[in-house]
Amino acid sequence: MTFLLRRLAGLAVVLVVASFLVYGLLYLVPGGPMAFLLGNRSGTPEQIAAIREQYRLDDPFLVRYLAWLGDALQGDFGTSLVYRQDVSALLGARSTTTALLVAYATVVIVAVGVAAGTLAGLRPGRADAVISALASAALAVPTFVIGVLLVIVLALGLGWFPVFGPGEGFLGRLHHLTLPAITLSLGSAAFLARITRASVREELGREHVETARSRGLAERHVVRRHVLRNASIPVVTVTGLTVASLLAGSVVVENVFALDGLGSLFVRAILQRDFAVVQAVVLVLVTAFVLVNLVVDLCCKALDPRLSR
Amino acid sequence: MTLLDVRNLGVAVPAARDWRTLVDGVDLAIGSGEAVGLVGESGSGKSMTARTLLGLTPPGARVTGDIVFDGDSVTGMSRRELRALRARRVAMVFQDPRAHINPVRSVGDFLTEALIAHLGHTPTEAQARATRLLADVGIPDGARRLRQYPHELSGGLLQRVMIAAVLAAEPELVLADEPTTALDVTTQSEVMAILDELRRERGMAMLLITHDLALAAATCDRLSVMYAGRIVETQESTALTATPRHPYTSGLMLSRPSIDTVVDRLPVIPGRPVAAYESGDGCAFEPRCAHAEAHCRDRRPAVQDLAGARVACVRAGELTLQGDTA
Amino acid sequence: MTATDALKARRTLRLPRTAPALRRLGPLGVVAAALLAAVTLTTLLAPVLAPYDPDRPDLFNALAGASPEHLLGGDALGRDVLSRLMWGARTTLSGPLLIIFLSTTIGTTLAITAAWAGGKVDAVVSRLLDVLFAVPGIVFALVAVAVLGPGVPGVVLGLTIAYTPYVARVVRSAALRERQLPYIAAAWVQGRSAVGICVRHLLPNLRPLIIAQSVSALGFAVIDLAAISFLGLGVQPPTADWGLMVKSGLDSATRGQPLEALGAGLLIALVVAAVNVLGDRIGRQEGELR
Repeated sequence: MTFLLRRLAGLAVVLVVASFLVYGLLYLVPGGPMAFLLGNRSGTPEQIAAIREQYRLDDPFLVRYLAWLGDALQGDFGTSLVYRQDVSALLGARSTTTALLVAYATVVIVAVGVAAGTLAGLRPGRADAVISALASAALAVPTFVIGVLLVIVLALGLGWFPVFGPGEGFLGRLHHLTLPAITLSLGSAAFLARITRASVREELGREHVETARSRGLAERHVVRRHVLRNASIPVVTVTGLTVASLLAGSVVVENVFALDGLGSLFVRAILQRDFAVVQAVVLVLVTAFVLVNLVVDLCCKALDPRLSR
Repeated sequence: MTLLDVRNLGVAVPAARDWRTLVDGVDLAIGSGEAVGLVGESGSGKSMTARTLLGLTPPGARVTGDIVFDGDSVTGMSRRELRALRARRVAMVFQDPRAHINPVRSVGDFLTEALIAHLGHTPTEAQARATRLLADVGIPDGARRLRQYPHELSGGLLQRVMIAAVLAAEPELVLADEPTTALDVTTQSEVMAILDELRRERGMAMLLITHDLALAAATCDRLSVMYAGRIVETQESTALTATPRHPYTSGLMLSRPSIDTVVDRLPVIPGRPVAAYESGDGCAFEPRCAHAEAHCRDRRPAVQDLAGARVACVRAGELTLQGDTA
Repeated sequence: MTATDALKARRTLRLPRTAPALRRLGPLGVVAAALLAAVTLTTLLAPVLAPYDPDRPDLFNALAGASPEHLLGGDALGRDVLSRLMWGARTTLSGPLLIIFLSTTIGTTLAITAAWAGGKVDAVVSRLLDVLFAVPGIVFALVAVAVLGPGVPGVVLGLTIAYTPYVARVVRSAALRERQLPYIAAAWVQGRSAVGICVRHLLPNLRPLIIAQSVSALGFAVIDLAAISFLGLGVQPPTADWGLMVKSGLDSATRGQPLEALGAGLLIALVVAAVNVLGDRIGRQEGELR
């Protein structure tokens, strides 16, 4: 319990620091916030007044920051300068797309990575060599290159999958998300396979596994109850870190496949200097990242009694 | 009656290009209820010998010779037969309980696992039995201990848990691989006493593997001394300590500090112990032996009978070696 | 044999200094090193080697497939894909090298300062690193771009901030370990200054580790910079850059000319694979030294 409280406090600190930096960055821009917010647009005096009003540019910095943070905590991230809409409304639907993509990719990563890694760990020889080679190759190819390759081969060449767009209905969406999810998951699945393989290998050589064998327990029992159980601890940690990094990876993948998620919104907002949106997306990404890490820590504690002290 | 009969046992593991011999020409016999000590320095092959008896050799290892347990050849056993042997008839106590008990499973899991898998106990029966076993090894609050995890127990307690797990299987033979070496000095004798007492009560035979000759002599009926993968001497414990026949045995005894005698400097055996594959054609101990002569280098000394002892030293007959002075 | 004879014998037997290094890399490592050398040489000699001006549009070659004149065809503007690929390694590789140089320098300085000073300084640095770890690296880069505007400077700044904590964490723990060793105490007793000991003793001993760490981080930096260029936020058109070429090549691929995207993608993957292999080999040697 104290552990959870401590972690939550740490989480809050990270979020406050992150939000402060994200907010403060606006003022580091050459030419000050006004030039930044207007960007390439030339503002009418009314627009300028509206921006000064919205961003409380006449108040002291800390007051402005706290007011912004207070609003953000209530889900109000201000208004987009480009879309002329509430930022939270812009985020809402797009978060679902991104969350669906990340969830889909997570399933692929865990299924493929853990299965391949376990197989490679338990069966030295050909299976191991093939899986390890594939994993090394997959790790060297950047996500967006994988995406482009998949588009060229599977969508343009073979026509198995739609190239771009969101799709209709849940199954339609899944179909449309399949290539993006594979793209997003390949490198991470390879990484997870490596970690799983190493972890299984290490546990197989552990003394307590020898004890279990010396007691005449069936090999399947030994592998399941001792090798895999213990090997799962680092695997869960890495899975969590991977999922967290998928949040960042989705920015790239959404742009390859022209999916309208948080990531493509983010990139567009940066290009259009739509700062309210940039701030909100960063805050959402960081929050999700930290929350996933917290969940991972909790899982690890549940799996490893040595950590509960 | 002979329970375990080992003849000319050899173990070799694959190295870069050839084989590395770890155990070579070992003969060993243990009767029902008898305790035999296998004494040697680290790297002498004693642990490998014990593991080979259970078929726990490293992957790719080559085992030669015969291991016969109660009339059945262990080397020729199928995996299923080997599992049955390990489950019910021969059990092993390992050196470091902290490493040899799964750290993420509770003590209860560790104790009941085999009871449920092999003896068909229900979890509840197994729990009750495990609590009684813990009481037998001197852990009174068993029910609480079962819920704890290995890192919450001291090394001495954990080793008792390991002993309890071995007793649970009611084996005919216990292989104890340095059961007290990893423990605090203060708990060593306690744990050893519990192990020895309980196995005597239950009529189990024991192979005690240790580097501590005095401990082995105090616990076991008969001792075999191992050097570089071979047994160099076998005698009854009392006879061996009084009249060692092999220079190595004598050296082991003299290099131990004694509380009774004051010496300026403890005699040591010069040089370092070698593994079987490192030794040359002659007697493996020859380079370190104070009594070595030129012909010791010619070939491996054969094992010979000498007044109740079995010794692998060409000069055994002519030497009079110093035993334990105490 | 006298001592001088022995010395002579050793001198004649001694192989060129590079030979053992190559042998330690193993066959795959040598292939990787050769590949990187070839890519670097090609891009440096691109003004001589490239068959065409990489920036010259040629409407007759727009989206053209492979032909004897244009071995890899043309891009959407008809620029020669092969020539652009030859030039493209410049930005694709120099940016990551700069990022690694900066993050390694800053990270090492922070780490050694923290490890040496200990106490409050160490605590502050460690907390700072924790906070930086709490944010995915690419987000730093994107935020920096948001502030400084699209282009290489923002990305380099952002990725340098993102990579520094990784360097710092590894070096700090190694420096803490190293600091316990007696030779440091010996130098201290001899009256050397703290900075002197750090520079003359600690740093050389940490060097293999720092090099191994930098090489493996370089692979990630290549991927990250290329990805950001692909998003349109890093290297800006019309520069010939592999990341950008994957982006424009994707567009060309939907219109029937996949060679640009495939070529650039393959080259990025090969370079990253080569860097990873080298990092792995160097890391393994570092492991053996310890």
